[in-house]
This record gives sequence, structure tokens and C-alpha cells, in this order.
Amino acid sequence: MSADSSQSPPDAAGPPGRRPLIAFTWLWVGAPLAYGLYELVRKATQLFTG
Amino acid sequence: MSPPVAPPGWSRWLVPPAALSVHLSIGQAYAWSVFKPPLESALGLSGTQSALPFQLGIVMLGLSAAFGGTLVERHGPRWAMTVALVCFSSGFLLSALGAAVEQYWLIVLGYGFVGGIGLGIGYISPVSTLIKWFPDRPGMATGIAIMGFGGGALIASPWSAQMLKSFGTDNSGIALAFLVHGLTYAVFMLLGVLLVRVPRPRERADGRPAPLEGVQVSARSAMRTPQFWLLWIVLCMNVTAGIGILEKAAPMIRDFFADTSTPVSATAAAGFVALLSAANMAGRLGWSSASDLIGRKNIYRVYLGVGALMYTLIALFGDSSKPLFVLCALVVLSFYGGGFSTAPAYLKDLFGTYQVGAIHGRLLTAWSLAGVLGPLIVNWIADHQEEAGRHGSALYGTSFLIMIGLLVVGFVANELIRPVHARHHEPAATVPAQPAQKEGNDVSRQQPESA
Repeated sequence: MSADSSQSPPDAAGPPGRRPLIAFTWLWVGAPLAYGLYELVRKATQLFTG
Repeated sequence: MSPPVAPPGWSRWLVPPAALSVHLSIGQAYAWSVFKPPLESALGLSGTQSALPFQLGIVMLGLSAAFGGTLVERHGPRWAMTVALVCFSSGFLLSALGAAVEQYWLIVLGYGFVGGIGLGIGYISPVSTLIKWFPDRPGMATGIAIMGFGGGALIASPWSAQMLKSFGTDNSGIALAFLVHGLTYAVFMLLGVLLVRVPRPRERADGRPAPLEGVQVSARSAMRTPQFWLLWIVLCMNVTAGIGILEKAAPMIRDFFADTSTPVSATAAAGFVALLSAANMAGRLGWSSASDLIGRKNIYRVYLGVGALMYTLIALFGDSSKPLFVLCALVVLSFYGGGFSTAPAYLKDLFGTYQVGAIHGRLLTAWSLAGVLGPLIVNWIADHQEEAGRHGSALYGTSFLIMIGLLVVGFVANELIRPVHARHHEPAATVPAQPAQKEGNDVSRQQPESA
């Protein structure tokens, strides 16, 4: 990060005050994706069992 | 609408979920087939007719990404995500109306035309912003978003099927399903609209915004460079090769092992297709992230070179070993996904971040052509081989040879890509401020390494 900026460095996990928001937003997109992946795995196993 | 600038202390890890909320939504397009049989029986449509909304949607995706890219760069990601939300959601609402009053043209107009604009603008909306937030890992950042486009169909396919089962497959059930889709996706995408921010401009010692460092090329100039068109060929060849398998995956694996002692059932073939989707998604994130470590040019060498090798193995030994066939197909599909998600980072290396979103939009026309070319080659050849009395793996031998040839063409095109000539670079005065991160240094580091 440049010295003339007050922004978080690129590798920081985020300031503590933002962590609940970060967790919520990742959950927002992660939950439906996990459902999709679960359905995918269920279907993919048919290759070996079907 | 001016681009929303991040306040001090904003975390860049809030930007990928914003991008994912849009890409996971618009990725629903690849689950359109769920609606086809109910629409055909409820409105008395043929298979060709019921595919129209999807086909028009994909055409509109290409057109709006190509022509709307400059607007996206000018107005910023929040504007683009708002347009994507409004278009994609109202596409479903119009379709709901069309299904309710049994006017199919409204579904074509709504889902295909209006929704298709949402697909194109939504697809490119977070690319430039992600690259600016993650100058050290542009491949990973765009990989996350573009993986979402693949993931969208995984979510929508079982979800839409379940909804139709609950609401019924008559026209009122379909209308209700479309309505729920439109409203749900609007709420889901709203997160992206509210969350997305562009990095704050870096300031010079005198307090004025510092211009972007390193090579910067405008979208208009990029179109005049051989690098853009070589990368266009690379993407087109890679996508064509992937679609070659994806298009006929289920019948292909059944044909390959039809005459063996272990034929593949229809259920197992469906499992194979699902596994290919997983490889496609994993490749989008995995290979694109790997490109941050080994360079963009090298990763495309792998996609195209190893891809050609995989096709050769399938053509030579595929019908003698099921695990080999499955493994090679999975690798090819992972390269297919990786090719999509690595392209924005490759563009960033070559042309800088100045108008990378707009350039990416124009590059996606390669996808449009490949989307026609891949299925056309495989289907046309398989049909002709069948007419000639061949069966089993012999139906696909010629297609595979063509795919190997296309991958070699792509490999050569990738080898010819060099850094962009200085005459195409934007003068520093015309380039706007750079974000307050290590972006400039990264551009100058990546350019000779990858290009």
C-alpha cells in the first residue's frame, strides 16, 4: 500500500469493525452456493452408482 | 450516477460478495432448460421455440457486453449492477406476465431481450472494480466472480425445478415461478448494488489525484492492437474446444462405452454432466488464481497445450478406459472455465486497468462465436458419421481432431502475444486517478512477465 493513503493494505482481512459485515455478505452468497454444490455432488455421484 | 468511492477503512473483501451476488444471479441463464418442457406443454411450443428466450438472451449478453462496456467504465460498477438488476429482474416479471396471459412473445422479449441486457451488463459490471481492488491477485479476484456465473446454474436448476413442482407446470404455475424468480433475484442482487465500491484515488503530494501508472490503453485503441485480436482467437479456440465436449457430454460418454462390457446408463451420464459442471467451476477459480503465480501467458499455454493433449488421449484411448475418458474430459472442462476467468487479468496485464472492463466486454464476442461454432462442429460431424453408418466413439473422432487443431491455433496465437506497442498507450494526462493501492507497480511488473 502506498504511504500516502489511509486505506487497508491489500492483504489485510479487513478492519475489525467491518468483520460482521464481511461475514454476513459472504454468508449471503455462500449459502445458496453451498446448496447448489450439495445438489451437484448428489447428482455427480450417480456417475459411480447409476 | 458517479462511481461509489470506498470510505477509509473499507475492506476489499466486501467486493467479491458484491460481484458474486450479481454473477450467481445472472448465471441462472444456463438453467433455462428447466422451464422448457413446462412451457412447451403449457403454451404448445416446439423445442426450437422454447429455446428462443435463452438464445436471444445469450445474443443480448454478447451485444450488451460489447457495446455497453464503455458506459460501464464511465458510470461505474454501481450503475452497471443497478442496470443489471433492473433488466434481469424485470425480464422475469415480463415473462411472468407473458405466461399468465399466454403471450409467448412477452416471455421472449422479457427473458431474452430485456433480461439478456442484464446478463451482459451484469457479467462485466464487477470485473474492472475487482482488478482495481486486487492488483496483486487479479486472476483470483475475477476467478471468484466468474466462478459465480457457473455457480448460478447449479443453484437455479434444482431451485427452479422444485418451484415448478410446487406451483405446477401449467401457465399460472410457470407465471408464479417467474414472478418469484424476478423478485428473489432483485433482492439478492441488491446486496451487490449497495456493497460495491471503487478504491479511493491515490493522491499526489500536492493533493491532486495521481494518474494511473504503467501501460494504459483505451478500449478504442485496444481494438486496433494485434494483442486484442490474438487474445480474441485464444479465447474463441479455448471456448470452442470446451463446448465441444460440454454440448454432447451425456450422449458422448454413452456412445463411447456403448459396445463395451460396462455401458453407461442415462443416470450415470447425468452424473458425468454434473461432474463436468463442477470441473468448469473449479477451473474458473483454481486456474485463474494459479495465473497470478505463473503468469497469464503460461497458464494459457497449459489450457491450450495440455488441452490438445487431453483431446488426443480421448481420441486414441478414450473408449478403452472409462476413468481416462472422464479424467481427460474433466481437465478440458476445467481449462474451459479457467480460460473465461483468466481473460480479464490477461487484458489487465496487456492494456492496464484504465478501460479493462470495456475491453473485456468486447473480447466476449469471441464467446458468442464459439457458442455457435463448438456445438455446430460436434453435432454436424456426429450426424454425418451416423448417416454413414458409424457408431460409438467413431462418431466423434473427426470432431476431436478439429478441436485439437483449434487448440493448436489458439496456442500459436498465445505465443504471438507481445507487450502492446507504445503508440497505443494513453498519455498520462488523459488517464484518470489510480486507486490507493499498489496497482501501478503491479501493472509494470506483470506486463513483461505475462505478455
